[in-house]
Parts: sequence; C-alpha cells; structure tokens
Amino acid sequence: MCLSIPAKIESIEGDMAVCSVGGVTSNASLQMLDLNDIQIGDFVLLHTGFALQKISPEEAEATLALFEEYESFNEMLDVEERETGTRIV
Amino acid sequence: MQYIDEYRDKEKIISLSNRIRFESHKPMRIMEVCGGHTMAIQRFGIPTLLPDHIQLISGPGCPVCVTDRAYIDKAIAYSRLPEVIIATYGDLIRVPGSTSTLDREKASGADIRIVFSILDALTLAKKNRKKKVVFLGIGFETTAPGSAAGIIKAQMAGLFNFYVLSAHKIMPPPMAALIDQGVKIDGYIGPGHVSTVTGSSMFEFIPEKYKLGVVISGFEPLDILQSIYMLVLQHERNDPSVEIQYSRVVKPEGNPKALELLDEVFELRDDWWRGLGVLTLSGMGIRSKYEEFDAEKMISVDVEPTREDKGCICGSILKGVSTPSDCKLFGKVCTPSDPVGACMVSNEGTCAAFFRYKKH
Ligand code: SF4
Repeated sequence: MCLSIPAKIESIEGDMAVCSVGGVTSNASLQMLDLNDIQIGDFVLLHTGFALQKISPEEAEATLALFEEYESFNEMLDVEERETGTRIV
Repeated sequence: MQYIDEYRDKEKIISLSNRIRFESHKPMRIMEVCGGHTMAIQRFGIPTLLPDHIQLISGPGCPVCVTDRAYIDKAIAYSRLPEVIIATYGDLIRVPGSTSTLDREKASGADIRIVFSILDALTLAKKNRKKKVVFLGIGFETTAPGSAAGIIKAQMAGLFNFYVLSAHKIMPPPMAALIDQGVKIDGYIGPGHVSTVTGSSMFEFIPEKYKLGVVISGFEPLDILQSIYMLVLQHERNDPSVEIQYSRVVKPEGNPKALELLDEVFELRDDWWRGLGVLTLSGMGIRSKYEEFDAEKMISVDVEPTREDKGCICGSILKGVSTPSDCKLFGKVCTPSDPVGACMVSNEGTCAAFFRYKKH
C-alpha cells in the first residue's frame, strides 16, 4: 500500500496526468505539485493516484556519482590488499 | 527502468558493503520504520551485506499492521449495512477482525470494492447516489493528503454520500515512544515516502532529545546501504543528525501543498498503535468543519467487542523486540494465505516479508 513508484508523465490535462510505470499506464492527480514546474517526460513519485513529488534528475545524478566514488575507493582497497597481502575488509 | 535499475547495480552494492565494513567498528542496532523498507531489506538480502555487529530491526511502519483491530471490526460492521459500499485499498481486505474479515463479508454478499485511489471511491459515490460509500482511510502522512484531497473534492462536487473512516496516523510519536519505552536503537532509517510529504525537520527532535541519527532513505538496495553507511559514520563520530539520502525525492521542506491539505482537513488526536498502545496526538481525525464526510460521526453502527488472537506476537514484533521466528505460529499456523495476525497480511508486514524472502 505504501508502495510509491517513479512514474513517467506521458500527457497532462488540467491537473490530471497519464503516467507510465514500466509500460503500464495509470492516471495521476498533479494537484499536489507546482504545475508550472511539471512537463511531459518528467518522472514523479506516484502514490495512491497522486503525484507526491517530482523526481529531481540533478539529485539522482549526485547520488549516483557518490556510488562511483565508493567503487573507486573499493578498487583502492583491493590494490592495497594485493600489495600488502593483508585483508582489510 | 529509470530511477530503479541504476540503484541495483551489483558491483556498486558490493563496494558499498565493503565501505561499510571498513568504517564500522561499534555495534549498532538500526531500525527501519517504513514497511516499504522492511520489504526491500528482506527482498534484497541487505542483512547479509552487513558486518555481524550491525543488526537491522523492523519498527511500526506498516499501516495495516499497526491499525487497531477495533477499526477492522467497525469496517466490517459498516459493510453489513445494506446501504453501505465499502471502498478500500486491497491490503485491508484480509486483515483478521475479531470474528471475520472484509474478504469473508464480501463472499457473503457485502458490497466491498478494492480501489487504488480515493479518487476511484469518489467515482463510486457519484455512480451510486442512493448508497453511502465509506472509504477506509489508513496510512501515514504519505497517504493521508490523498484522503484530504478526496474529502475536499467530495465537498466541491456535493457528494454527500461519501464518507471516510479515518485511521490515519503520523510517524514521529511512535519513533519517540519506542525509545521512551526502552527499545534499544542506535539510529533510524527514516521513512522516505512519509518525508516526501513532511520534509525532514519534523525528525530534528530525535538527535536533539535522544541523541540518535535519522537518515531518510530511498527504497532500492543502494539507497538503503548508503543510508546505513551514513548512520554508521554518524555513530562512529558520535555526531547524530537528520540527513536525507533520498534527495532525488525528499526536500527538507517536504511538499507544502500536501501539508496544507492535511492541515485543512485533519486534526491530531490520541490514537492506538498495535504494540505501543495509545500515543498522544499520533492519529488524524477529520476536523468538525468536514464532519459530514466523517463516517464515525455520520453513520452509527453497533460494533462487536474486540477480541485479540492468543499467540500472535505482532505487537512486540512491531516494537522491534521480537522477530517473526520467535512466534510459534509463524509459517505453520500463520501464513500469507491464511494469516492470523496483521503483520502477515500486508506485503509490508514484517512476518509477510520474512515469510516471502526467507524461510519458506
Ligand atoms: S507470524 Fe502470524 S501470528 Fe505470529 S506474530 Fe506474525 S502475524 Fe502474528
């Protein structure tokens, strides 16, 4: 029930939109969002028929960039483990 | 799928898990208070990615699970009135009441419809003007704004055969109550979707008063691991604070329009939580200016006395002091297809999540 999913806006009419989630479409009320800030192609978080928030592509990128950082840190540890022959984690 | 797959990358999961092992030294008990997290943690096997000294425990975050059995009994009593149509999210339909379930009432002829949104319930009311449509409003701050919007829409459309039976609740009181009641926790994985509506500031009292960190988390495995990592850093440095990991969705100020809707329609009242008892100002009742849409005020009905099941330890599971494997009924008498307690019904319930992803 608490399931809320990223849905892509396919079309907008007034404060209602048609959204798609992995190929399945459903109606969504946009009344809780700033309509001036919403365009076709945006992703929103959909919950029980209401879009609760627009998903920020910039913030999503920033989070993903952090994951890259962890990966390179991990590679560094691997190298150190190999060179010193000790297990770090 | 966008915003999903990139948060499930195996290589990145392993490197983040290693990073946690590298940074974490002190033992920790981390509680998640959102049913969506409970489900994701079991589904993606998150505990296996953590060092042994980090323990994850589930809290009271499944709305169906914490709901009073008396509420289900009341919904069942309404469903037996010939003029009533019950509109409900699917999760509630199999939750055991004292002597029946909505599902059983439906099989014996009650008019009970499963809806995905309160907007569908409004359509039902429009099409069935001679009937009274009672919408079962359960859920936390994530779901309640929809109910508020529905009530306002009903008023604008003059749909006076539409009612909401509210069991809506807010998240901060149980988070405080758990600590007050002595449950040992070293940090909270904060509820991502609740916070989408409320923002992060309402959790500030937790580091201030209780010296515990809260990291508001997304729902994919990398989100959850990163949140745990952030909690580990806070714990190691003795520097608890409220942080947002799920920044692609959660803004510090939340969603102002949704908050306005909540405040317009609901007021806080004391409410009962399974496992925790009555918590002061933890539930949302409908304000008197919207009372013509309040099922409790407008439709009187006799409700049978509430009976709890013996043997079900849902309450202490919701408090994080027991796990489903401590329950003698788990997996034997109580299964998702034949649930004894509420924690086995909803997908987000701890017992259901354990059953599905662990011990078959
Ligand atoms: S397994 Fe069933 S009976 Fe046992 S605590 Fe969970 S819901 Fe209750």
